[in-house]
Amino acid sequence: MELKAGTRLRSAVDEVEVIVVKAQGDVDLRCGGHPMGPAGEDAPGGASVEAGFDKGTLLGKRYVNESGDLEVLCTKAGASSLSVGDEPLEIKEAKPLPSSD
Amino acid sequence: MILEMAADGLGDRRAVGDLTYADIRAAARGVAARLGASEAPVTTLASLLPNGDHLPVALFGASWAGVSYAPLNFRLPLASQADLLARLEPAARFDEAWMGGPDDGRPFVDEPERPAVLLFTSGTSAAPKAAVLHHDNLAAYLFNTLEFGSAGEEEAALVAVPPFHIAGVAAVLSSTYVGRRIVPMARFDADDWLKLAAAESVTHAFVVPTMLARIVAILEDDRGRRPPALRSLAYGGARMPAPVLERALELLPDVDFVNAYGLTETSSTVAVLGPDDHRAAVTSDDPVVRRRLESCGRAVPGVEFRIVEGEVWIRGDQVGGGYVGTESQVDAEGWLHTGDQGLLDDEGYLFVLGRGDDVIIRGGENISPTEIEDTLLRHPTVAAAAVVGLPDVEWGEKVAAMVVLRSGDEPLDEDELREWSRRELGSIKAPEVVVVADDLPQTPTGKVLRREVRERLRESTAGE
Repeated sequence: MELKAGTRLRSAVDEVEVIVVKAQGDVDLRCGGHPMGPAGEDAPGGASVEAGFDKGTLLGKRYVNESGDLEVLCTKAGASSLSVGDEPLEIKEAKPLPSSD
Repeated sequence: MILEMAADGLGDRRAVGDLTYADIRAAARGVAARLGASEAPVTTLASLLPNGDHLPVALFGASWAGVSYAPLNFRLPLASQADLLARLEPAARFDEAWMGGPDDGRPFVDEPERPAVLLFTSGTSAAPKAAVLHHDNLAAYLFNTLEFGSAGEEEAALVAVPPFHIAGVAAVLSSTYVGRRIVPMARFDADDWLKLAAAESVTHAFVVPTMLARIVAILEDDRGRRPPALRSLAYGGARMPAPVLERALELLPDVDFVNAYGLTETSSTVAVLGPDDHRAAVTSDDPVVRRRLESCGRAVPGVEFRIVEGEVWIRGDQVGGGYVGTESQVDAEGWLHTGDQGLLDDEGYLFVLGRGDDVIIRGGENISPTEIEDTLLRHPTVAAAAVVGLPDVEWGEKVAAMVVLRSGDEPLDEDELREWSRRELGSIKAPEVVVVADDLPQTPTGKVLRREVRERLRESTAGE
């Protein structure tokens, strides 16, 4: 599905929701091994978490792919984990700016 | 969404006063329930309250209900407040009694492209404009620059800027996102600020230059009043006079200083001069590095700068750039033309040299001269008026007016006109300097030459 900054997605298997921080074009973003859909739309029923994609997604954490051209932020946590195709996403180490307000 | 995240992930943490993020969510739902139950549908929730524990409840309550939040300047004369309220119709006015619910557990209205916050800026035109910031813009600012839940449990931010400033809005949003308790201050006073900072173990604060100058003045006399827990002091809103900053750095050696440059239209901060930049500038022998103390720092992630014919242009997802009732002010490629004159050095440090237009910045408040001129012209004996900013040690700039009287009238007492202005405009905008002249310096086409007005007023007030 076509992703861009600000796109909001939900998992088809549990509570996980993310917002796209950085993306380029068509990305096969999955959660629990199943394609994510637009937030706010009902997920197709019946899907369950695939083995290996059950490591959990943490609230407020940023997740990136290996090449670094995809970054999403978790806005609702859950037990399933994120991937692009079969490539799992990793937590991005935070480098916060100094507080400015 | 921001409040939902904070309440889900940091629910037990104190958000403000004795309220946790879970309490704030319950109260925001209560506000949304009230708005939903109102007989006529409203699109805006206005607030005319000074800073208080209700701040996050009003802001997030409006969001929860799917209406825009419009904090208004409660220091304006009542007639001006009524004008602004009328322009926001259909609007409801937030009341502190709304803090008590009822919480019906309703989900938040999720429309990222809807206007989230409306902030009146004086701009350069006579009528105040309401800048529009969408949820997307504000969320981009938070997501690009901050880490969720990154604040320690002990952290507390003192919010002394008024709620109708972008810095006041940003303080509530950022603090909620990182999980830092806020300590709202209704009315700034340097002595009270230091007391509150000590009593509440404040670790973070944002001040405008005028506030810092007053805080520094107290600390000069009594270093023992340094806020014991203060770690980070951010400043912005107007150009910081270098002597004030240098004294502050000396008096508060353990505090991280952060210069934040931003506009209402850019969802607050777009450039940051961080603590390391400050220390490097103070200790360096390199004049280029030293000079950076006068810069606004470098662009935050997701933001780009360009200087076009001396003007600062800004682009990024956090840039709103629209006003109520007008098209977006960003160009086809997404650049906002700020009207600020500036330059970038080789390493991307931004220096803002001044306003391209004539906005007066008094203690962090942007004041439109044309609005004051229009008001002065309503005085029965004033025939013409030109208003400019003059340098002021305490406020950065002070409002000064040159007026021409109607012929045949009794000579006007300048003090009397100052008093009259204060009643009409409030103490922030009323001219401190009023000088009667025979005529205004003008171009052949009748445009007032503000630069010349400024020069003449400066000469006539020299020695005061």
